[in-house]
Amino acid sequence: MSVVFEKTKGLTEKEFHYCPGCTHGIIHRLVAEVLEEMDLLGDAIGVAPVGCAVLAYDYFNCDMHEAAHGRAPAVATGVKRALPEKTVFAYQGDGDLASIGTAEIVHAAHRGENITVIFVNNAIYGMTGGQMAPTTMIGQRTTTSPFGRNAEQTGAPIRIAEMLATIEGASFIERTSVHNPVHIRKAKKAIRTAFECQQNRKGFSMVEVLSTCPTNWGMSPLASLGWVAENMIPYYPLGNFRNPDKEA
Amino acid sequence: MDKVLMKGNEALCAAAIRGGCQFFFGYPITPQNEIPEYMSRELGRAGGTFLQAESEVAAINMVYGAAGAGARVMTSSSSPGIALKQEGISYICGAELPCVIVNISRGGPGLGGIQPSQADYFQATRGGGNGDYYLLVFAPANIQEAADLMIEAFDLADLYRMPVMILGDGMLGQMMEPVVFKERKPRDLPQKDWATTGTAGKRKPNIINSLRLDPAELENLNIRLQEKYAQLKANEVRYETHQTEDAELVFVAYGTSSRIVKNAVAVMRANGLKAGLIRPITLWPFPEQAFEELPDSLRALMSVELSHGQMIDDVKIAARGRWPVGFYGRSGGMIFTQQEIVEAGEKLLREVSHVSGV
Repeated sequence: MSVVFEKTKGLTEKEFHYCPGCTHGIIHRLVAEVLEEMDLLGDAIGVAPVGCAVLAYDYFNCDMHEAAHGRAPAVATGVKRALPEKTVFAYQGDGDLASIGTAEIVHAAHRGENITVIFVNNAIYGMTGGQMAPTTMIGQRTTTSPFGRNAEQTGAPIRIAEMLATIEGASFIERTSVHNPVHIRKAKKAIRTAFECQQNRKGFSMVEVLSTCPTNWGMSPLASLGWVAENMIPYYPLGNFRNPDKEA
Repeated sequence: MDKVLMKGNEALCAAAIRGGCQFFFGYPITPQNEIPEYMSRELGRAGGTFLQAESEVAAINMVYGAAGAGARVMTSSSSPGIALKQEGISYICGAELPCVIVNISRGGPGLGGIQPSQADYFQATRGGGNGDYYLLVFAPANIQEAADLMIEAFDLADLYRMPVMILGDGMLGQMMEPVVFKERKPRDLPQKDWATTGTAGKRKPNIINSLRLDPAELENLNIRLQEKYAQLKANEVRYETHQTEDAELVFVAYGTSSRIVKNAVAVMRANGLKAGLIRPITLWPFPEQAFEELPDSLRALMSVELSHGQMIDDVKIAARGRWPVGFYGRSGGMIFTQQEIVEAGEKLLREVSHVSGV
């Protein structure tokens, strides 16, 4: 009997702690599959964030480093400078990357730091119980925007991929989504391209992945996937914002 | 090696490179700027890497990353910048990583000033960040000692898997003195088999981490840290005693300001008053042993600091109520003269005599 599909070796046997219907699991799998397919697992050092993915160090089957909140790009910088031949990636959520860690992500891109960042944007703080993030949609109710996010008071959602794409050191920037199989495949392709970018020493690469939070959005997993398509993608357009091959 | 005339900040760098420093991550702040400037010029030539970070916060997290990857790494800053690094220092201690941190301190609180101060004693010796941890803290009094301690610092950091802090001040950083760079003593150091260098498919993944959600596991880490600190207290305490054998009054002072106190001791002795000095070289662990060797002639201790009294707490702990403990200090970058110390010491001795009716 031939094996048609099996779990990637890029993930450990540890059971995920993620809530039912959360797409972190899919994104973990995509990163792990890419590392396995590119034969990078023995070579990779990942940096986990603070947030829902704080325990990512238990899930990825490679050397891992747990960072302080928002500091993953700085920690990854330290690792990469120490081991320039290794593959270094950071996995961060939107509270981590787009709020407390804006300085670190901007300057990692600015230096053209040759690392890959996976940025999971689910428009909310998941781990701490559903507070407003800089990425929270206008009108979205969270535990710290109970009447809906109001742009007048808290600004409009921040578009990280577009912002980082303005930085010269950023080599590959793409926004993807995992709300259906077509987009999951596209997200995987972008993640692979980002790691290839690092292998080819092209500088900083980041893939933003629109993700769900059924628990804190107060929706079923299915409704959450629909909400990404209907509410997030129109504001956070998918696509490539920077690609070294296209510019050449 | 020949004797050379060097600025303290630059001597620290030259010593760090001799001590095996491979990576430097830092951010500009006065009065330590010669350190990143020197490292940007010289560390690359020595085969290492210098990187100017976007902030002190980023710099210490780069240190955390490089240390976790097994590198010999340092950062330097001055008081407000060291305050910013505390988050990262706490994580580094929680993850049990080696690194070297230089604080060329200045007056505070807040932005403070840029003149010499010893107001960061609490910050350096009480952990500084969150959690139950300490650093090995050296307080050199001159540039030769700063270089000697720095050459050893990376080995000690690797040996104990913890940060070593060199606490100086603007005076030590900015003045020039002759210095001879000594050879590093070879030591048996543990292999860094915990470092995140990539598994190469040959071992289980290594994880550098300070998160322990299981309370029993976190308590075990803390117990292990305390065992490490007990070893430091047993093996790494350093201090100098100066003319304490027959002293009636012993000053306790550290760093550059201890040199002024040493001069005051000479003046007092010339005046017929038997003064002496205990100079802690390790601020943590504090040299409590030094106080066990004090003579029966002793009538009082006096902590002398460029602050309004921080080390005095440790002096009182070490004194265990056996002697009265006086204090003299200046702050904000104001530096006491030897005459001020002499007068303060004489006043204390008069008060002590009055109380005891001598």
